[in-house]
Amino acid sequence: MNGAGRPRPQGGIELYAWIFMRVSGVVLLIMVLVHLAIMHIINNIEVINYHFVAQRYATPFWRTYDLVMLWLAFIHGVNGVRVMIDDYVGSRGWRLLSLASLYVLGFIFLALGSLVILTFNPARPF
Amino acid sequence: MGKISKYVTYRGQEGQWSWLLHRITGIGVFLFLLAHILDTAMIGWGPRIYNETMAIYRHPLFRIGEVILAGAVLYHALNGVRIIIIDFWPESNAAQKKYFYAVVVLFTLIFVPAAIYMMAWMTK
Repeated sequence: MNGAGRPRPQGGIELYAWIFMRVSGVVLLIMVLVHLAIMHIINNIEVINYHFVAQRYATPFWRTYDLVMLWLAFIHGVNGVRVMIDDYVGSRGWRLLSLASLYVLGFIFLALGSLVILTFNPARPF
Repeated sequence: MGKISKYVTYRGQEGQWSWLLHRITGIGVFLFLLAHILDTAMIGWGPRIYNETMAIYRHPLFRIGEVILAGAVLYHALNGVRIIIIDFWPESNAAQKKYFYAVVVLFTLIFVPAAIYMMAWMTK
């Protein structure tokens, strides 16, 4: 199929990954475009500062929104890079090394991102 | 044949270009997501550090990068829908070239006005 994406795997974890890319893709399409519209069209980088984020995170809604979006986008991205490593990195040693780096770095970044969203406290004095 | 050209000549025509662009925009958006996690993390150090970090994004080069990033996200989203349609309704593959042109037209219709609006700071 000339226009299709990666062929649907027969089963197992590869099939779940394939389905996840499509389901998360549709959810992300809405969440990320709303995020871009709010942060880069309605608002812009001139007005985004500490105070702006403090107001936005005063209620749980945007915190939850950002956390869901972060996890979906991050796993979508890591899986995309994983597929590309499988496609392009031919030698077994380099493939294992790049996959290991991807998972370690991925874990650190996702943990950091989640921690920031969950622990930001606007009432904290500086 | 070199390694890169082997990948680039894969499949050919619209299917190849849409697929290659999907991968390039995907990598680009993912790399920005890593940077975005780091810049947001600065908020833990208080208003001064966070506001100084945000000031970096006000540099003209970053504001042009912002528009390119929005374009990459939009293309990846629209082409993703095209991939899903063909994956789940295989009979639509006959029209895949038309779908690619639909992606190009929709992209242009949304991106051009958005980009002009996002670049309005240049004339201020």
